[in-house]
Amino acid sequence: MNKIIKYVLYDIVRSKIVVAYTLFLLLLSIGLFNLGGSPDKGLLSLLNLVLLTVPLISIVFATTHFYNSYEFMELLVSQPIRRSRIFLSEYWGVSLSLSAAFLLGVGVPVLLFAPGATGLYLVLTGLFVTFIFVALAFLASVITRDKAKGIGIALLLWFYFALIYDGIVLLILYSFGDYPLEYATLALTALNPVDLGRVMVLLNLDVSAMMGYTGALYKSIFGSAWGVGIAFLVLLLWVLVPLLTSRRVFQKRDI
Amino acid sequence: MKDPSKQIKVWTAYTLVFLLTSLQAVGGTLKVCSTCAYTSVKEAVRQAKAGDVVLVDGGVYQESGIEITQPIRLIGRNNPVIDGNNTGQIITVSSDNVTIQGFTLQNVATSYTRDDAAIRVRQQNNIQILNNTILKTYFGIYLQYSDGIVIKDNVVVGEHLDRSESSIGNAIHLYYTDNVQIIGNEVQGHRDGIYLEAVKNSKVERNTSHGNKRYGMHFMFSDGNAYSHNTFRKNGAGVAVMYTTNVRMEHNTFEDNWGAASYGLLLKEINNSFIYNNTFRRNTTGIHMESSSRLDFKNNDFERNGWAIKLMTTCIDDTFRLNNFTGNSFDISTNGNAQHNYFEHNYWDKYTGYDLDKNGVGDVPHRPVSLYAMLVERVPPSVMLMRSFMVDLLDNMERVLPSIIPQNLVDERPLMKKTDHDNNREFVQVLRQTASAPWRER
Repeated sequence: MNKIIKYVLYDIVRSKIVVAYTLFLLLLSIGLFNLGGSPDKGLLSLLNLVLLTVPLISIVFATTHFYNSYEFMELLVSQPIRRSRIFLSEYWGVSLSLSAAFLLGVGVPVLLFAPGATGLYLVLTGLFVTFIFVALAFLASVITRDKAKGIGIALLLWFYFALIYDGIVLLILYSFGDYPLEYATLALTALNPVDLGRVMVLLNLDVSAMMGYTGALYKSIFGSAWGVGIAFLVLLLWVLVPLLTSRRVFQKRDI
Repeated sequence: MKDPSKQIKVWTAYTLVFLLTSLQAVGGTLKVCSTCAYTSVKEAVRQAKAGDVVLVDGGVYQESGIEITQPIRLIGRNNPVIDGNNTGQIITVSSDNVTIQGFTLQNVATSYTRDDAAIRVRQQNNIQILNNTILKTYFGIYLQYSDGIVIKDNVVVGEHLDRSESSIGNAIHLYYTDNVQIIGNEVQGHRDGIYLEAVKNSKVERNTSHGNKRYGMHFMFSDGNAYSHNTFRKNGAGVAVMYTTNVRMEHNTFEDNWGAASYGLLLKEINNSFIYNNTFRRNTTGIHMESSSRLDFKNNDFERNGWAIKLMTTCIDDTFRLNNFTGNSFDISTNGNAQHNYFEHNYWDKYTGYDLDKNGVGDVPHRPVSLYAMLVERVPPSVMLMRSFMVDLLDNMERVLPSIIPQNLVDERPLMKKTDHDNNREFVQVLRQTASAPWRER
């Protein structure tokens, strides 16, 4: 397995896209920290951009990578190696390289400009989001053999999590505004990893004081070690569910 | 008056009165120190006659229950300390024309039935409380049914931060007391820093109130007062003022009142008042106002607040002019469509319009309420979407084609540049001439 991961990593690094991605994140983070004045403000702006760009780039890159290495995978399948191993090696290769890029591009500037719990949450959230969206990308790629269709599905997934889902939530909250919705929103947050990550980081910044009763409720839950543990567990589920589903599909499918 | 004998009588009477009053004014001096005739402040105060000065020298006096029944001046020299040892009220004033100056008063225990204070004045006139330091007391300075009071340059510090707000008293507490001057005091660590209830025609100036458990300042039913150059910082819930008309608030600073239930300034049923040249910085809500009408807001700065102003629809006929709104998460938020307030010539950093004729006034109107601010007001749980991409998108769409945000809450003539309140006279003159709508004066 390690050997395959190594080859996948070589392949990715050679394509230089990851290097460009790292540089992009690095420039973005350093720029925002220097622009914002206070580190808190920098973190806040960085959070917005990380939650928008990291999923997009992760999902598009992983999907194209999957389709591009189809021949390599076909070759491996002809060898005495289990399919699940091939698939997971591909997954680890892509997600490790992207998260390394994220750690370099965002983790290092955060460590330099805004070290602390909030920064740690931001970096952890970004890492989880990378793993989640690579898993989703693989799910999109195993569903169809058509590359264009696969990328289409991937983009749609990104669009859903970044935008459509929030619209739906807004609609639900607005239509049922007369009911106590605090716990419902909590459940709705858990159903979107991007929202979950954002809320977790926000609660650690001073803007949390603006979030009123709902914010206080969130804080009482996410403020404890237990709550944070649950939140990260939910994020982990968001990695595992699409990953294991797509592995299953990959194992059973005609290549 | 032609009768000379009568005239002489009158003159004699005048002279007698004059002599008597001057005698009273000169008075004696009773010294208190460890080696003096009096070693106890209480004893000296009891022996003092009207017009005397009780001069207390430096040292620690373990006393409480000092009752001033004559118009005397109780003066501390070299900072004497009167330690109440938690045995009850330290000084009670039961006479007019009393001055208390230069003491450190400390340790008054919590007493829910008596409301013990370091200095209590009850139904007296013309009292001066100057340059005292009051530490660890239940109430600091407590006045009721009095008139003509000066409270100046005192420091009142409570140390009750671990206790709940209902179990601690106020630093300066006034009840039905008129013509008061509260100047240059520093109050902290109490429930309310300055509490005024039914206090009329008074002045509150240059005080600093910070780190109080509930409000930095709290007043109710207190008409005709002026508050200027005060600083209210890091209080539990900010400053709350209610049920009052004809107030002037000028040059005050409200800052760092940051918490889920904090305000810079909470206005509830305040009418016909002027709020000029104040600074609201880093508060969760700069001003929260409800049922407050005919207020004039001018030359205020709102910087980096969560909400600069929460303007409930119960507020009517308020005017906002020449204010600067910078770096607030939400500039104005409201809870309904009905709007009868007037905005003009404010600077909004979120304004995206242009100024073709270069007169310093934007050519397109600015609507300071964002869609998301309305949403949060109507459906509080939607804060979970704070800072999400979706919300930014919606806000921008609504700004281009307003449909949900109140149509009437609009600044028709927003400024292009931040106003410098000290040097904007000329500019205001120009605005007055160019404005098409009549400039509203009060």
